[in-house]
Amino acid sequence: MNTARIDAKQGGGWLGAYVLAYLVFLYLPILLIPLFSFNNSIQAAFPLQGFTFEWYATLSGNSALSGALANSLVIGAIAATGATLCGITVSYMDLFGRSPLAVTISAIARLPILIPGVIVGISLLILVNLIGFGPSRTAIVLGHILVALPTTVVIMKSRFAAIPKTIHEAALDLGASDWTTFRRVMLPLSLPAIVSAFMLAFLTSFDEFIVAFFLAGTEPTLPLYIWSQLRFPKSLPTVMALGTAILAVSFVIAAIAEILRHRGLAAAQRPVPANLSKPEETERGELQWHST
Amino acid sequence: MGNPMSTIVARQPLPESRSSTGFRLAMLLPGGLVTFFLILFALGLVVFLALRGNDGSLLGAGFTFANFITVASDPLYWTVTLRSLAIAGLVTLATVVTAYPVAYYLAFHAGRRRGLLLFLVTLPFWTSYLLRVFAWKIVLAYNGVLNSALIESGIWSEPTLAFLNTPAAVVVTLAHAYAPFAILPIYVALDTIPKSLLEAASDLGARPFTSFRRVVLPNSMPGVLAAALVVFVPTVGDYVTPALVGGPASTMIGTLIQAQFGKANDWPFGAALAVAVMLVILAVVLVVRSADRRFGSRT
Repeated sequence: MNTARIDAKQGGGWLGAYVLAYLVFLYLPILLIPLFSFNNSIQAAFPLQGFTFEWYATLSGNSALSGALANSLVIGAIAATGATLCGITVSYMDLFGRSPLAVTISAIARLPILIPGVIVGISLLILVNLIGFGPSRTAIVLGHILVALPTTVVIMKSRFAAIPKTIHEAALDLGASDWTTFRRVMLPLSLPAIVSAFMLAFLTSFDEFIVAFFLAGTEPTLPLYIWSQLRFPKSLPTVMALGTAILAVSFVIAAIAEILRHRGLAAAQRPVPANLSKPEETERGELQWHST
Repeated sequence: MGNPMSTIVARQPLPESRSSTGFRLAMLLPGGLVTFFLILFALGLVVFLALRGNDGSLLGAGFTFANFITVASDPLYWTVTLRSLAIAGLVTLATVVTAYPVAYYLAFHAGRRRGLLLFLVTLPFWTSYLLRVFAWKIVLAYNGVLNSALIESGIWSEPTLAFLNTPAAVVVTLAHAYAPFAILPIYVALDTIPKSLLEAASDLGARPFTSFRRVVLPNSMPGVLAAALVVFVPTVGDYVTPALVGGPASTMIGTLIQAQFGKANDWPFGAALAVAVMLVILAVVLVVRSADRRFGSRT
């Protein structure tokens, strides 16, 4: 690895500058939202008009907004719980279940990556109407479990795969039942990954718009509330203040989740660094969506 | 569960006890319900509905191919489908080409900064897609960031309408929104290339560029193809970005599907459009799969 790095050193400077420019491109448009949320003007344009907290003040005491926030939090928590539970069981059975059915379920669980959100939305809209409860918060929960499922399955599968197989076998050899092995050995060992999967599933749900658009009844989520406000140019600064708050929360949750995930993987790999069966991630734990 | 000490005898690798059956059932249940009911059955419903006539009821009436015949024969749908393919194709190309050097740097040059850089390119992945698109709306608007900045700096004297409500705006916005999707699969592919291959290439006298073209690039193709797929699929069905920054000239197939389930209220026809999109995606997946096999998939 070191020789390769030295070999390719010549191009490194230019490439480094390019990566910097790329990061600026990645972050600049997003950071404009916080910038203009403090700008004392109804329009997002230069020159800046002066600093204000006025737009943040308009956020409080808005009952439609706090209702949407409450909906998003409840839906996010339930959907993340469901998606994490499915992610744990699906990936565990995929690896240790020794059954073709478990492998099939695991493959289908990652399928939503290959379905555009609009189609997930309409298929569930038809389904919930058929069942009878129609567009509602429950419907959005089901939609968000689907959207978050590939993430939780991939995270949990790489975590379980990184736990040395000998630990699982030792537990069974010492007389632990399948259930005890799962609950007392495998679950505690993968706790950081479970928390990380839950947080990322929560974020996915909290920020999701495309599927929720089809499944929302009379109670919108936060992104749907933002969408409804985009029609009114007057509420643009309020949307930016709200967007800033959401971005801040997303960054913090995602940061904690990423740190947990890397910690967990690093800890798991310490005992036998040499010959792990290749998990679906690199050694640094980057998500690898492409299924086999 | 008895006393663990009583089972000193080594157990067989596969003891199929009763508790094991219960355990397996309980463990397979949540995933089985979600995958078979929410994914497969729900998708089956879309196909079923696509074959029905629209009579205003939930599941339509009578079996018919009329929806598919309209999709295939009306030039409007061909235009919109081809436009969606062109936009998604351009976005995919732009994202993958711009992401490749970043992934390359991460895999071979980043050194100690690798962890931080990986973290920075992953972070936007978890932020609101709607907000990322909204950011471009305020950038490109007539009285927006870009226009005002160009006027402030004296490059432009009057604001232009040329930014917003164009297919180009859709391509730029989508390319930005899905940029983080492309880097990771390419990085993973580059990072897992055995370093001995690169050493062998340089030992055998290959110049850096030759070794990149003949060794690194072909070996990273599985990652490139995976990246292309995860960008192409969500973009080809997108309806939010065309609605926010695209204007009427950039209506995409997702917009039409959404309209059938909204204002137009012809669910069977919308379902037929959705089936058509899934068939297009299936074709793309099959092409990618066969290309992947040619490059010798390592993923």
